[in-house]
Amino acid sequence: MYNKGTIIPGLIIFVLFVTFPIWFNGLKAGDLPKPELPPGGEKKCVMPVEYMRANHMQLLNDWRDNVLRDDNRAVVEIEGKKYRKGLQMACMQCHSNKEKFCDNCHTYAAVNPYCWDCHLTPKEAASKEETH
Amino acid sequence: MDTQRRKFLKIAGVTALAGIGAPALVRLSSSTALASEHGAPPAAEHAAAAAHGAPVETAPQGVRLGMVIDMRRITEQPELLDNAIAACNAAHNIPQFDNRKSEVKWIWKAPFANVFPGESSYHLAKSVEKTDFAVLCNHCDDPPCVRACPTQATFKVKENGIVAMDYHRCIGCRFCMAACPYGARSFNWEDPRPYIKKYNKDFPSRMRGVVEKCNFCGERLALGQEPACVEACQGTGAIVFGDLNDAQSEIRQVLDKEFTIQRNASLGTKPSVFYIV
Repeated sequence: MYNKGTIIPGLIIFVLFVTFPIWFNGLKAGDLPKPELPPGGEKKCVMPVEYMRANHMQLLNDWRDNVLRDDNRAVVEIEGKKYRKGLQMACMQCHSNKEKFCDNCHTYAAVNPYCWDCHLTPKEAASKEETH
Repeated sequence: MDTQRRKFLKIAGVTALAGIGAPALVRLSSSTALASEHGAPPAAEHAAAAAHGAPVETAPQGVRLGMVIDMRRITEQPELLDNAIAACNAAHNIPQFDNRKSEVKWIWKAPFANVFPGESSYHLAKSVEKTDFAVLCNHCDDPPCVRACPTQATFKVKENGIVAMDYHRCIGCRFCMAACPYGARSFNWEDPRPYIKKYNKDFPSRMRGVVEKCNFCGERLALGQEPACVEACQGTGAIVFGDLNDAQSEIRQVLDKEFTIQRNASLGTKPSVFYIV
């Protein structure tokens, strides 16, 4: 091998540099997020927890298309409680704290969904209920 | 050298012949195959279509929601229209801007001459001249905005004929605003949130950069309620709402009895909003 003296240290430096984010954090990925369970004590979601964890964004898209395009606004009934399809009308009824529920994981996973550009969090909606 | 040139010319000639002949050969063989498979029917179909002059149009069916605005009532009680506008603004989180450039309107007021530019306003009745007309999206049966939208963010809902918006898909190109002959669409030039007076927690707001308009209160209809503006005028008959295709509906009783006009009907957009002047 030619230039062994340069290539091998060079490779080592390269590998160390590329893996910097891994070893700099002590081989840990940070504390796992713990989204807050519904403060109202609701136990059952519209779908099983595992499905919601993996596919809630798909469900929201389906609901959006149902409501806006297919004129299918059928209510979802969970343990006698009725929910209208919608982020503000179903999800946030139980998961009333967006910062402690949604943001918890979204920040950890560094995803930036644009739901709240238009949709109102319960906190925001309440902010302008009495004024004016 | 000589023999090679002769060989080259031969090959070139045969290749050229094959190139010219191949398409003709393919066409011949395929057309015979088609003819043997289908025989006469395609020709018969063509003849039938030609006899009608155009593809046969199906009769309008299904629910088509519409509205009759009785301006005589609103002339008597102009506050009805104010109430209707206020109800709509509250139901849909519509921002109130001070400058007209940023204005967002779903239902608003306009003088007769602006609402019906095709009608003469020469020697117009004084009462009509002074009254503000209620104007909103016409929910056309053949909406030009839907044809203009490049992302299908605006579309006609098959089930009820409402021209609806999916704000998730709107890219803010404003083609629909240019296409709408009624000026029924507004663009969010600024973030609307600070200008919304009171939030309806069951309805979203919009964001900067999307177009919005009246949705005939699709979200209220789903709950079995009437549109917000109709509810605000309840009991007065100023605004009647219902299915234009249902001969028994209240709106059809009104349409059968009264003389109504539509905005700019000559454009062929088939508006679903009718006016009794």
